[in-house]
Amino acid sequence: MERQALRGLRVIDLSQVFAGPYATKLLGDMGAEVIRVECAARSGRGGVLPRMRPGGVFGSSFPHGDTGERSYNRFAYYNEVNRNKLAITLDLSKPLGVEIFKKLVKISDAVVENFTPRVMENFGLDYPALNKVNPQLIMLSMSGYGGDGPYRDHVAYGEGIEAMVGLSHLAGYPDDGPLRPGVAYADATSGLHATFALLAALRYRRLTGKGQHIDLSMREAVTPLLGEFIMDYAINHRVAKRMGNRHPSMAPHGCYRCRGDDSWVAIAVSCDEEWRSLRNAMGNPPWAGEERFATLGGRLENLEELDRLIEGWTSQYDHRQLMEALQRAGVRVGAVLNVAELVQDPHLGQRGFFEQLTHPEAGTHLYPGVSWKMSATPGSLRLPAPRFGEHNQYVFGELLGMSEGQILKLAEEGITASEPLRWEDFSPLDQGEEDRC
Amino acid sequence: MSDQALSGILVLDLSENISGPYCTKLLADYGAEVIKIERPGGGDIGRSIGPFPQDEPHQERSGLFLLLNTNKKGITLDLERGTHIFKRLVKEADVVVENFAPGAMSDMGLGYQALAEINPSLIMTSISYFGQWGPYRDYRGADIVAQAMGGLMGLTGEAEREPLKLPGSQAEFQGGLNGAVATLCALYFRDQTGQGQHIDISLQEAVASILESAVSIYSYSDLIRGRTGPRNPLQCPSTAMRCRDGWVHVQAGANWDHFATFLHTPQLMEPRLASILRYHYADEVERLIQPWLEGHEVEEIFSSAQEWRIPFAKVLDIDELMEDPQYESRGFFVEIEHPLAGRLPYPGAPFRMSQTPWQVVRPAPLLGEHNDEVYLGRLGLSKEEMARLREGGVI
Repeated sequence: MERQALRGLRVIDLSQVFAGPYATKLLGDMGAEVIRVECAARSGRGGVLPRMRPGGVFGSSFPHGDTGERSYNRFAYYNEVNRNKLAITLDLSKPLGVEIFKKLVKISDAVVENFTPRVMENFGLDYPALNKVNPQLIMLSMSGYGGDGPYRDHVAYGEGIEAMVGLSHLAGYPDDGPLRPGVAYADATSGLHATFALLAALRYRRLTGKGQHIDLSMREAVTPLLGEFIMDYAINHRVAKRMGNRHPSMAPHGCYRCRGDDSWVAIAVSCDEEWRSLRNAMGNPPWAGEERFATLGGRLENLEELDRLIEGWTSQYDHRQLMEALQRAGVRVGAVLNVAELVQDPHLGQRGFFEQLTHPEAGTHLYPGVSWKMSATPGSLRLPAPRFGEHNQYVFGELLGMSEGQILKLAEEGITASEPLRWEDFSPLDQGEEDRC
Repeated sequence: MSDQALSGILVLDLSENISGPYCTKLLADYGAEVIKIERPGGGDIGRSIGPFPQDEPHQERSGLFLLLNTNKKGITLDLERGTHIFKRLVKEADVVVENFAPGAMSDMGLGYQALAEINPSLIMTSISYFGQWGPYRDYRGADIVAQAMGGLMGLTGEAEREPLKLPGSQAEFQGGLNGAVATLCALYFRDQTGQGQHIDISLQEAVASILESAVSIYSYSDLIRGRTGPRNPLQCPSTAMRCRDGWVHVQAGANWDHFATFLHTPQLMEPRLASILRYHYADEVERLIQPWLEGHEVEEIFSSAQEWRIPFAKVLDIDELMEDPQYESRGFFVEIEHPLAGRLPYPGAPFRMSQTPWQVVRPAPLLGEHNDEVYLGRLGLSKEEMARLREGGVI
């Protein structure tokens, strides 16, 4: 059997949408047993949709654009980030649900949740309560703004956090408005910090036997990544402006059109020597030898003209061929890869970055694999994302020792659920806000 | 010992600029003893990259360097000439972090195999643009190159314009974060088994790991996700919009009825727009709510939306950010005194641990500041030996 770094670690995952699930994905990839606790109103996979072909990016999130019989088991957004996890259903708004949850806490190492701070309190499952059940437990609470302060109860998604940390303002074209990153950047970044926090707490527990509570504000976790702008303000009181693809101390530095439809390369020239390499690779056109482009200062001053001239050259070539040629010449360059090119990229292919998983309701598909390579404990995609309530039997029966009859009774009393609510009764992204199930 | 979560862990940090230093900053800020090993003379290249006071370069005053190197000790060592000294440190270390071009450590006789022979429980974390092996191993990188090759740029920006990188050095930070998490995974495994290992972080893969569902959507339906400007293509509305005195991030949350009522826009209740499929009419939805937004101010929209539990946000710039009350209430920005850079506010704890808090024990090290402590103290060299090393340019 493959060795896994976090084998033996059991994590209960109440988290929704993306930041929390991204954190527990990293743990699952490294071998932890991650048990998602879901309910009808909050599965993190959206609600029940009628069978249809909704179209657009959202519609394409279902295999062949078809929501199928059980849309909530076929949703790419959920299935990608929840591989390597198990899932049960449990209604925490009912006393019996809370009682069972506490039994699970007793035999687990960590609880991960990303509700607004009041929700776990309302369930009677905040840290003091869980600490009583299991003093060695590590509880990781991720919220938009943190567990105290004037915004404590404010609702937030990642995109709002990107706006609140200055990222949206600084992203975008210098001649246009704020922009959001093309991906859930604040969520992923918070998820990574959260995983780090959890592992650090585990190390402390190993030495002292003590559990603890981690209060992670997504906004605070993303803020250090804007460090150069914040420190510039702290030192010089200068308020950073949108720069697009430009760089304060590199030129040229940008994204240039290549031959073909929506085809681009990114080039960064960090010193005069690299500028000479680029000039040579371009075949030393007369304009490139002009005095005004000879120094970094000159290139920064004449950037618009420089970018236009470079693009005149790059637009004649295929972006991948250009990358290969310029790399051979010692230039820092990369083709802008779209997702199809990424999946077919020979380098990622040889490193085995993408992995295939077969999901009983979504079929066989490719997913981004483990985020890093480890020589002794590589990790892998071993389990497809769980179907709704798929592991009720394992968790209630095997882990908690409940009988068939008791498990059936849970379903009868509505403690477990057979399917999520209708999608229309809930947002596409099941909120981390509601304390009903 | 053990007043912080990672107390007692010794990290040798050979890394420079952003990716490696952010990895070791996280380790140091939560208690690890990080010895930053820099080239004699110039040191970490990050010392020569701003922001500097009045834009005048000074190797002890780079704002980003100061931020990324808090709580570390700094020594100077020429690795090629001081290999034997480095190996003595490796014997005692738990972790080595480096972000040289792949192969550089092996060329100096300091590859993972060589170091594991000295210390089999050592964890070595190598961070590079494309990883330690594979066809692009020796490709030259930059933050923008990693954002391009990791698939992030192709998804960011307007469909009709050029792809955009995220501001700052986000791929570098992602590399550092992945390095930090992987290092703790390896420490967890080592604590169970005694066995060390080599970690290979590729910035391209770190970026390709956070493309939300773009890869699975492509695999599920052959859709190549493109750029959608400020809009989230999976939700409507979720976009930055102009209001009377600035911009807000507009998002509906769970209750469409509340959203329509809050914005005084009953037209939104038309079944076509109340449906989950409203993203097909994003232009129309935004056009309907624009007039109300333009009649109100950022602060007012944010706080009143929050009363309705609608997840609006303020689009802040850096000065507004640093004055925002939530940070202040939680004491997020922390003043740190540095002998040459003075007293400045720094971003503080990225997360709070109830038992083992984030702490600032020392500011970023001056170049070679802890040479005496490490060489005389930890390694027990004599003053004469140290003088010889200094004359030889080794330290």
